[in-house]
Amino acid sequence: MSRFVRLGETDRPAITVHVDGAPVEALEGDTLMVALLSQGGVLRQSEFGPEKRAGFCLMGACQDCWVWTESGDRLRACSTLAASGQRILTSQPGASWSNHA
Amino acid sequence: MSAASDVIIVGGGLMGSSAALFLRGHGLSVTLLETDLIGRQASGTNFGNVRRQGRPIHQLPLANRAIAIWRQSRELLGADVEYLQSGHIRVCYRERPELVGSMEDYAAKAREEGLELELLSGNALRDKFPFFGPDVLAGSYSATDGHANPRLAAPAFARAAARLGAVIHENTKIVDAQKVGEDFIVTAVDGRTFRAPILLVTAGAWGNALSSQFGEPVPITPKGPNMSVTEPVPYGILPAIGVMTPIEEETVYFRQVARGNIVLGGSTRGPSFPDQYRAYVEPQNTLSQLKHIRRLAPSLGKLNIIRVWSGIEGYMPDSQPVMGPSATTSGLYYAFGFSGSGFQIGPGVGETMAEVIAKGATDIPIAPYRIERFATPT
Amino acid sequence: MVEPRIIPRVVIVGAGPAGTRAAEACVQAGVRPIVLDEGRRDGGQIYRRQPDNFTRPYAKLYGSEAGRAQALHETFDGLKGAVDYRPETLVWNIAGGHIWTASQTYADTLPFDALLLCTGATDRLMPVKGWQFAGSYSLGGAQVALKSQAVSIGHKVVFMGSGPLLYLVASQYVEAGANVVAVLDTAHYSARIKALPDLLAVPSVLWNGVALTMKLKRAGVAVHNGIKPLEIKGNADSGVSGVRFRTGAGAEQEIICDAVAMGHHLRPETQLADLARCAFAFDPGTRQWLPKRDGDGRSSVAGVYLAGDGAKILGARSAEASGRLAALAALGDLGLPVDKGEMASLRGDVGTYAKFARGLAKAFPWPSEQASQLPDDAILCRCEGVTAGDLRGVMRETGAKEANRAKAFSRVGMGRCQGRYCGLAAAELIAAEAGVPVEQVGRLRGQAPVKPLTIAIGEEQ
Repeated sequence: MSRFVRLGETDRPAITVHVDGAPVEALEGDTLMVALLSQGGVLRQSEFGPEKRAGFCLMGACQDCWVWTESGDRLRACSTLAASGQRILTSQPGASWSNHA
Repeated sequence: MSAASDVIIVGGGLMGSSAALFLRGHGLSVTLLETDLIGRQASGTNFGNVRRQGRPIHQLPLANRAIAIWRQSRELLGADVEYLQSGHIRVCYRERPELVGSMEDYAAKAREEGLELELLSGNALRDKFPFFGPDVLAGSYSATDGHANPRLAAPAFARAAARLGAVIHENTKIVDAQKVGEDFIVTAVDGRTFRAPILLVTAGAWGNALSSQFGEPVPITPKGPNMSVTEPVPYGILPAIGVMTPIEEETVYFRQVARGNIVLGGSTRGPSFPDQYRAYVEPQNTLSQLKHIRRLAPSLGKLNIIRVWSGIEGYMPDSQPVMGPSATTSGLYYAFGFSGSGFQIGPGVGETMAEVIAKGATDIPIAPYRIERFATPT
Repeated sequence: MVEPRIIPRVVIVGAGPAGTRAAEACVQAGVRPIVLDEGRRDGGQIYRRQPDNFTRPYAKLYGSEAGRAQALHETFDGLKGAVDYRPETLVWNIAGGHIWTASQTYADTLPFDALLLCTGATDRLMPVKGWQFAGSYSLGGAQVALKSQAVSIGHKVVFMGSGPLLYLVASQYVEAGANVVAVLDTAHYSARIKALPDLLAVPSVLWNGVALTMKLKRAGVAVHNGIKPLEIKGNADSGVSGVRFRTGAGAEQEIICDAVAMGHHLRPETQLADLARCAFAFDPGTRQWLPKRDGDGRSSVAGVYLAGDGAKILGARSAEASGRLAALAALGDLGLPVDKGEMASLRGDVGTYAKFARGLAKAFPWPSEQASQLPDDAILCRCEGVTAGDLRGVMRETGAKEANRAKAFSRVGMGRCQGRYCGLAAAELIAAEAGVPVEQVGRLRGQAPVKPLTIAIGEEQ
């Protein structure tokens, strides 16, 4: 179930973003956050609690909406525009530094 | 009327707080005086390395004494200071192959002091610790070093000391100390005075202000550590990592705390201002630190830092502390000027100074730190 | 011989109402300022511009403030050739007369003769048990969702908190067709009556507020005053499922919803003023520490000027006046001719808005007592997952009762947001727990970087 509800501006061209491997339909001009939450309910897992998070301030201040690209870069979902072909992960891709294994 | 005790300690950092705790263990009454709050400057803002390797060989007995205390810190302090014995690696880069020889030489001497180090080639290191960049030539791995949380350590020692009866006065800035008859009279800025036959100065970057009052000025330079921390990421880096290099700017280090944040330190130290009680991180030092971190561990370049900080540290010209009895005044002792390398040995310094004060002697070699080395010939 | 530098280097941080009017004043005086802004587009938050390919007209986006928004945007558009505008640029530190910027991985350092900080505001939050659940948003965030993305934050939205934004955003949601289930205001209606004399300082804004409430009621939205939030109910995986609160009459009620927009008016973004080493003073009216400034916007640091909501929350109209005023003060200090009469008139305007802002603070008081009443299992710091009980426990164990000390021991305010969203409430909790006035708790020291900074900064330079 989606979290966000579109209330207008729906005539924009559609784009496809991949989230955790699955295609997600979005509209040109969507932020990543809107793209993800118009299809799903959450953005990421909280580091310190059991709950999932879906952002909070939408103005780049609270830093609650960071997601990853498949190449391991970090993106703030509320202030990054969705772009066709983006491949987003909602958890950290295989930590290349880990010596835990 | 002065408040009286057996010992007055001026300076509530890790040295003073742990000395207070161990002096109570010897049955001496202690008054600890701190300008601000316990452990706010060098003790609370450093990197948190609980590292023996890389210290001068003559310092290893002191470091060994300290590591024993760190290992039992939870029981001793009744608090978790996040001590992790998760290893420490010192690495050198390709353009300095001569440092491999220095590492081997150091490892041989350290072994005689009970510190086992394993030398690893760059490729062996990268197999085991895949975050190392291609420029890393070799490394020296100490399995029994580790790290702890500096924000928590000194206050935990102070609370443990207070539980054993030490009297602690925070927000008590000392402006004068003199010996009158058999006693030291120490005066705070608000006029309160404190009296004791023994005075221990553990005042960090402010140490010289007090030693000068007893005719023993020392050339101490205040600086500030250059620290950053990343957002939390999954825990995966166990050892603390540091670079061995003669170039200050290249000297960076990092460690990951169990919660996930990676603490970055090093590169050029910043200015600090003991008189104003402020230290600042110079933005260019943050940038140079991040640049050298990328070289050491390129995959960290994907992360963000969320905070930088500094504090006030006192540096001596030979990077060795002033530690031991005064050369001019009986009953006066010093332990300050740890030159950015005091955290690991801190509790050992406290225990050793308590021993020196209570018993008059210690087996720990502290001669290299005597204050007379700065005396001007008369 | 080196020519003396006759063109002063003016840097403006922020391209909202204050920054835009400051830039306009500079250009009119023949100075080409550098304008740095984190946003992709100018306008700031309150007059945030929608993306290029969106088509809603001004009246639909900004309601009663459409004219002001359009005028501001057109002013900025007209300035673009005359200013060095750098959008999507973060100022992450200030030191030694330079500002340090980051744009993606590109790092830059800019010297300045005058620095105008027009950094705007973020929501002031009072935590409620359960506010960590997905579907809880700040009021400002709820407004941004609608204004710049044409989405509602949920299918059934509750607005909870207090302040003028509560009614404004709720009515904007209703107008846009969102399903607003309730508006829950912690302020009692009587507070608004008491504040009337001050609110009448700017009657048009007062009447706008009255009209909003009427519009909500006409739309059938339940509006409760004098409520006490008890809990945002939810599930770790699916997020918000409802809110539980006590009505003004004392009855407990529960409302089913999947989104909560929460906030108690605003707080200024003062981190850069702090890094610039400006002196701060406690403001009893708002119970916040604010950078000191004179009537024209001069901070305690020579060459650093403060304007708009980033210095003190006085609203967007005041920000336009204080932005222009601070710029004129800076230009005058740099030896350029400025119209003293205009400055006096702007000072008068700012004074009027300040009276109105005092009224708002009385009408929609910050419910400081709620911090001390937070149950032990309520999350206080969202970033670090620290509960009210964790902080109380640390205070009992360590005796910490100063803001930075409590942060060092408990991690409250130590996370990614640097205490923006929990810091004020944490200070109230500490004060109540320690039995001291909140000003004695102090303020969290600002630490660079102002926002997260990539370790890759400067990599490709």
